[in-house]
Amino acid sequence: MGRSPTLLLAQDTPVENKRRLFALITPPSVFLLFFFMVPLVIMALYTMKESSFGPLFPLSFEAFRSFFSNPAYFVLLLSSSQLALFTALLSILLAYPVSYYLVFYTGSRRVILLTLLILPAWISYLLRVLAWKVILGSEGLLNQLLISAGLIENGAPILLFSQAAVLITLVYVWIPFAALPIFAAMERIDPRLHEAAADLGASPGVTFWRVTFPLTMPGVASAFFFVFIPTLGEWVTPNLVGGVSGIMYGNLIQDQFGRALNWPLGALMSMVLLVLVGVFSYVFNRFIPITEVPVSS
Amino acid sequence: MRQTGKWLGLGYYLLLLLFLQLPILLLIVFSFNDSVLLVFPLRGFTLQWYRELLQATELINAAKNSLLIGLVSSVVATVLGGAAAIAIARYNFPGREFFLNIATLPLVIPYVVLAVALLILFQALKIELSLWTIMIGHTIINMPYVMLIVAARLSGFANNLEEAAMDLGATYWGTLMRVTLPISMPALVAAFLSSFTMSFDEFSLAFFLAGTQNTLPVYLYSQLRFPSRLPLAVTTAAVVIMVSVVILLFSEWLRRVGTSRTGKGG
Repeated sequence: MGRSPTLLLAQDTPVENKRRLFALITPPSVFLLFFFMVPLVIMALYTMKESSFGPLFPLSFEAFRSFFSNPAYFVLLLSSSQLALFTALLSILLAYPVSYYLVFYTGSRRVILLTLLILPAWISYLLRVLAWKVILGSEGLLNQLLISAGLIENGAPILLFSQAAVLITLVYVWIPFAALPIFAAMERIDPRLHEAAADLGASPGVTFWRVTFPLTMPGVASAFFFVFIPTLGEWVTPNLVGGVSGIMYGNLIQDQFGRALNWPLGALMSMVLLVLVGVFSYVFNRFIPITEVPVSS
Repeated sequence: MRQTGKWLGLGYYLLLLLFLQLPILLLIVFSFNDSVLLVFPLRGFTLQWYRELLQATELINAAKNSLLIGLVSSVVATVLGGAAAIAIARYNFPGREFFLNIATLPLVIPYVVLAVALLILFQALKIELSLWTIMIGHTIINMPYVMLIVAARLSGFANNLEEAAMDLGATYWGTLMRVTLPISMPALVAAFLSSFTMSFDEFSLAFFLAGTQNTLPVYLYSQLRFPSRLPLAVTTAAVVIMVSVVILLFSEWLRRVGTSRTGKGG
């Protein structure tokens, strides 16, 4: 990364320094190795098992056969990716203007106003989904509203148990997380750039598209990343508000470890999702490094 | 032009605020409603659900489990993540990039995948599922957050404070305890609190890794299937919401206090 090597203390011998570093880095590394790396490796091996609880050998490729011969799995993976994409884009679309307003129009009160807005993000995810189950249900708030407005006849759950319900709930859940990085990116913009653009004769629209928008792109990108990835593996929200027509790929995985009790297939499905997420993160990280930590000098 | 933008922006802000807060407020309102059905019009004020809450032993047990898991997993995550943060913020070593990549990987892995992988591990090792297995899962997802928060704080301070301590005769570990740790303290406390809330709320890992003992979210989830138990679930939600808000305000205050003292020394 082109940084000069930093030793904690110049007068220390390299050996002492190494020992200290070793003492600091070993416990987290061991923990990660045993409970993160090893499980992923074992999961990869499980994809080649014959049955859920039998021995590993002889290897079997039954899980691969049933996975790759069933196009329904791919269709669901595709539609889940699509749903994750829409969720990420919609959350960003809704969060962007409000971040813009907060950063450029509200002065020093912006942090308080932002905190107020993202407060729900700190409340249990399950409870937020529960709230939407209450709102969207057949006796729910939304239906009552529509009935009293004369728009629908009776209390059919028109929204609950559909893909739309999953989308609405997920967007609701993720807006605060999309707003944070966009807000942070906007805060870093030097307001003098706007003045300069105006002085040079740019209209507000031109200033936005040629100055502000490009500068906020890193924030938009990390918002996209942090919404898209978890949504792709989502299974709880579809389970609660999606019903049969709203299931996602994550439900498929959960099912293999629940009712269907097919661990090898479930392990394979997880691996496929992991590879997909891995490729996506790798490509993404090449453009926008999100996890960089500088060494202090 | 700017005035119009201002009013439009304010209008939009209030609309979004309403959209985000209304569902939460709804849960709180219904927790005081004198009816089994969660529908309008409200039937009248009652504390019945809160009284029933106090007698729901299964629920209280689940809450205790969540509290325990939250405490243990956040302490372990804070210790391990803090050590990792000091290492990556203060040393440049071969494999540093590799370590950073692996250690931040839990940030991007879908929870269902991690949960399934851990479930398979425990089954392969014949380890029975218990509160411990959930703690391990929560520690893994919280460690990277702690590491990044603490490392960010540490990289805001140059090494010279630690160097000065050593020049004055302090030992390395003495310096670590009396200089490095106090510098990181606000970040450590904030990381601990956010780990705790994360663990307390986490559902997916807990669902897969729970043995006979439930956590609060797993218990709530199991109750959602029965309409008659919905009021109690909603009341639990209301309590959790109010407690979360208090914890959030406290940690935000700590973070403020922590960052306002940040000297960019050197």
